[in-house]
Amino acid sequence: MPLGAETLLWVLVRCSGLPNRQKAEWRHKEQRKGKGASEPQREQWGRGMGAETTEGKELELYFHIPFCVRKCLYCDFLSAYGDEDTKAAYMEALLAETAGSAVSYGRRRITSVFIGGGTPSAVPVRYMERLMEAVRKHYSLTEDAEVTMEVNPGTVSGEALRRCRRAGINRLSIGLQSARAEELALLGRIHTWEQFRECYRAAREAGFTNLNVDIMSALPGQTLSAYRETLEKVLSLETPPEHISAYSLILEEGTPFFEKYQAGELEAVDEDEDRAMYQETKRVLGQHGYHRYEISNYALRGRECRHNCGYWRRKDYLGLGIGAASLVENVRFRNGRELVPYLKDPLGQREELHALTTQEQMEEFMFLGLRMTEGVDGAEFRRLFGCGLEEVFGPVVRKNIRDGLLRELPEGAEGSEPGLQYGSQAAKRDSGSSGRFALTDRGLDLSNYVMAQFLL
Amino acid sequence: MPYNGQEDIGMDVTENSKTVDINGTDQSKIRNFCIIAHIDHGKSTLADRIIEHTGLLTSREMQAQVLDNMDLERERGITIKAQAVRTVYRAQDGEEYILNLIDTPGHVDFNYEVSRSLAACDGAVLVVDAAQGIEAQTLANVYLALDHDLDVFPVINKIDLPSAEPQRVIEEIEDVIGLEAQDAPLISAKNGIGIEEVLEQIVRKIPAPKGDPAAPLQALIFDSVYDSYKGVVVFCRIMEGTVRKGTVIRMMATGAREEVVEVGYFGAGCFFPCEELSAGMVGYIMASIKNVKDTQVGDTVTDDARPCAQPLPGYKKVQSMVYCGMYPADGAKYPDLRDALEKLKLNDASLNYEPETSVALGFGFRCGFLGLLHLEVIQERLEREYNLDLVTTAPGVVYKVYKTNGQVIELTNPSNLPDPSEIERMEEPVVSAEIMVTSEFIGSIMELCQERRGRYLGMEYIEASRALLRYELPLNEIIYDFFDALKSRSRGYASFDYDIKGYEESKLVKLDILINKEEVDALSFIVHADSAYERGRRMCEKLKDEIPRHLFEIPIQAAVGGKVIARETVKAMRKDVLAKCYGGDITRKKKLLEKQKEGKKRMRQIGNVEVPQKAFMSVLKLDDK
Repeated sequence: MPLGAETLLWVLVRCSGLPNRQKAEWRHKEQRKGKGASEPQREQWGRGMGAETTEGKELELYFHIPFCVRKCLYCDFLSAYGDEDTKAAYMEALLAETAGSAVSYGRRRITSVFIGGGTPSAVPVRYMERLMEAVRKHYSLTEDAEVTMEVNPGTVSGEALRRCRRAGINRLSIGLQSARAEELALLGRIHTWEQFRECYRAAREAGFTNLNVDIMSALPGQTLSAYRETLEKVLSLETPPEHISAYSLILEEGTPFFEKYQAGELEAVDEDEDRAMYQETKRVLGQHGYHRYEISNYALRGRECRHNCGYWRRKDYLGLGIGAASLVENVRFRNGRELVPYLKDPLGQREELHALTTQEQMEEFMFLGLRMTEGVDGAEFRRLFGCGLEEVFGPVVRKNIRDGLLRELPEGAEGSEPGLQYGSQAAKRDSGSSGRFALTDRGLDLSNYVMAQFLL
Repeated sequence: MPYNGQEDIGMDVTENSKTVDINGTDQSKIRNFCIIAHIDHGKSTLADRIIEHTGLLTSREMQAQVLDNMDLERERGITIKAQAVRTVYRAQDGEEYILNLIDTPGHVDFNYEVSRSLAACDGAVLVVDAAQGIEAQTLANVYLALDHDLDVFPVINKIDLPSAEPQRVIEEIEDVIGLEAQDAPLISAKNGIGIEEVLEQIVRKIPAPKGDPAAPLQALIFDSVYDSYKGVVVFCRIMEGTVRKGTVIRMMATGAREEVVEVGYFGAGCFFPCEELSAGMVGYIMASIKNVKDTQVGDTVTDDARPCAQPLPGYKKVQSMVYCGMYPADGAKYPDLRDALEKLKLNDASLNYEPETSVALGFGFRCGFLGLLHLEVIQERLEREYNLDLVTTAPGVVYKVYKTNGQVIELTNPSNLPDPSEIERMEEPVVSAEIMVTSEFIGSIMELCQERRGRYLGMEYIEASRALLRYELPLNEIIYDFFDALKSRSRGYASFDYDIKGYEESKLVKLDILINKEEVDALSFIVHADSAYERGRRMCEKLKDEIPRHLFEIPIQAAVGGKVIARETVKAMRKDVLAKCYGGDITRKKKLLEKQKEGKKRMRQIGNVEVPQKAFMSVLKLDDK
């Protein structure tokens, strides 16, 4: 099945014409395959961690599809243009990795699947069907599993969406980013608002009842009223989305945007304006029944993205495809970012294996959990680590409460967020204070500042 | 084994080295000389060529620049510690001559050392760049050499540059300095052109030393280094008399007395012991002296049993001109800093330090230096060789404070300035400066000097397109960035030299900085009353950029005598959010948080404000625009 490397054309083109730093990096890294791990070790990761003891335990799957029609100017994810042969070879490798990983993980209960990228919809739909088929065949996918695929509105037909739905994909995450033509052009997006609306309607018609739309604020030159236009257009869609991810643009090093910014060609949005957009997001979406359950994520009750919550709640997840990260039984590892070695040996690319120490688990518990507005649960902490949250983080907790960045939620607060399936309502707690801590609105704005303090 | 300048002054006599029968050497076959030049005119390169040409070392053994032992010196392209090398040259007359080349530091901070090195010579080779011609340091060095009655002859270097104009430079030398230059060797030290002619002229034009080997010992110390095995190694020129192993010597100024354990001369990069050093010779003396403080440059070494009538003229006790506070970034490293300073001091008599405490920075030292370059060299050595992370406060000069009660304080730390009501008057050090500049930049350089409170003394045209400006300037106006400002305002064409002139009364005030209403002692500095507002304003602006945002608004104020004269505000933090988490890649995000946490460690807590350590150097960068 693996094709010879010479027949593979991994065409990496940045439409901007800027030198492609990633490309150089990927090629270079081809030589350091297996670095940091001996063959037997990698063999071990390929087969999985502690497979025997975890039968029936929940696991989320993430599939990385690193292809795009073209790279957006702000994007620093692992993605690039790929020709059809490359896509085909990659998908075969991904299917092989999926089947091969089942040796270790096949008996886990798969509660969520997320097909992300890149642009999964840039790959022929038959591969999505085969991928879902492979998941069903080799793993035990639960009845009510959330199965999400990311979609670029410029890449899908109604037919393709219907086939995806039939294949078992039940949630789409559609990258809109902006409803304004000039902003879409600035971002280097390949679609228009009209194409998005078309795609959205097609998704509904195909039977998708759980949709997310990605939008972005703090775009260079964006004003509050321009941003409001995007928000309003999204909310006025016929059957508005169940979920909205609203990110504030971050200039990531190595992207054309970053370079333009450094060269003074882009003007970053003024901080006050940026915060005003953030507040506006919360206000407007709130009026329409969305609640902010995570720093950048809003959903109707019960429509929170289960997969993402899994990341913040430190559920086990297995990442498949190049660059994909995994957390299994408190061991983090990831696949290498190189395409060619992956195509040759899809199961042999796991690297950066790191068994988290208890201390690191505690840190993660805090800095990941605090991304959620329902916060972190002291009782859960005690159940996991055998000691009180305040024994470990007392001074930091108190300092941040004093600074108005953190608060202890009132008793029974989690009840007000019934949709969250990933809380730990089961955990009993002492009467009186809830033992549950969450960031305040200001704390959410300054989450890095707060979270850095939770590193021990 | 090459001597590397800091340790292990090994006594290994290089096996294949030339041995010269130093004893009984005819004085007439000795030439003691130095090379003087403006910076970058090729002094060190010529020195290397001379050493190479006289065959003491093979080309392979040559380091790029033999005389510059310290890494730092090489990087800066200047020579800091004076050293000497002895070479043997067979001249065209068939005779072998001993050439003692004494290297001189090329920076104004070390003017006194230069003068002592010159005093150890009988002549000087003046190197002038064939393209640039005479510069400020050329003149300053020539005058210094002539003051010491040295015979100076010029050499035109870099004649192979496309822009070389040797004839113009020759005329300039004759016109401006009044040196005969028509037969000046036209050389390229870099490419080894014309070196032979330089050597011949050294033999012909530089006089042989004089002095009576039988007279009471009188030797001039022009440098000394500390070695952990041998103690202090004194570099000296024997003026009169003879010194040998067993002689009990005495330093006439410091009074230190020891028995000589070894004398010798300098190879290139190594030491060659010999029987004795006698009048006219240049070499070293080792006498188990424990501290370079006892062997001050310029002091006279004599025979304790048969002392000379009087010391050689010109000795000055070295004085620190520039002071700053040095604090370990990590307070626990205080003992390490103390040990490191102690070690550096062993080798550097001009470094002073005493413990001090700052509210903001904790325990540290107030350190005195010859000048800003000296400060930077020490700072870099502490950081590099001793692996210390330092917080350095703004350098300042030594002010004289005359109190109303008649007391006079030499103020080295602004925090110690008495209450204004107790001060009758204050004085600050002033320098006389010479600035050489092409005519098109005269205006902007005069403006700069004006801004720096310069007093115009006069101007003379060196040639049609170049002038020499003379100014008196307060030292505290030139210690930080004057040289940079000069370069930028003259597109690199101006050159500069100065001499400390003395103290003058001045209207000085202490500028205090308040961060979040709290006075930060380590940021206070003394400034002329007229520039207080401007400096205060810029200081606030600078600090505003340096201090990260906090959860609350932070006022930054500059105040004089309790009255706020400038203010800036660091706005409260608004946004600090992680980007989208890509595919559950938590590790990457954690690294980001770790970096953020790491950054906090390098902060100083002032009240409830965290101030980055480099903010304490802000005052140095006030002119960056």
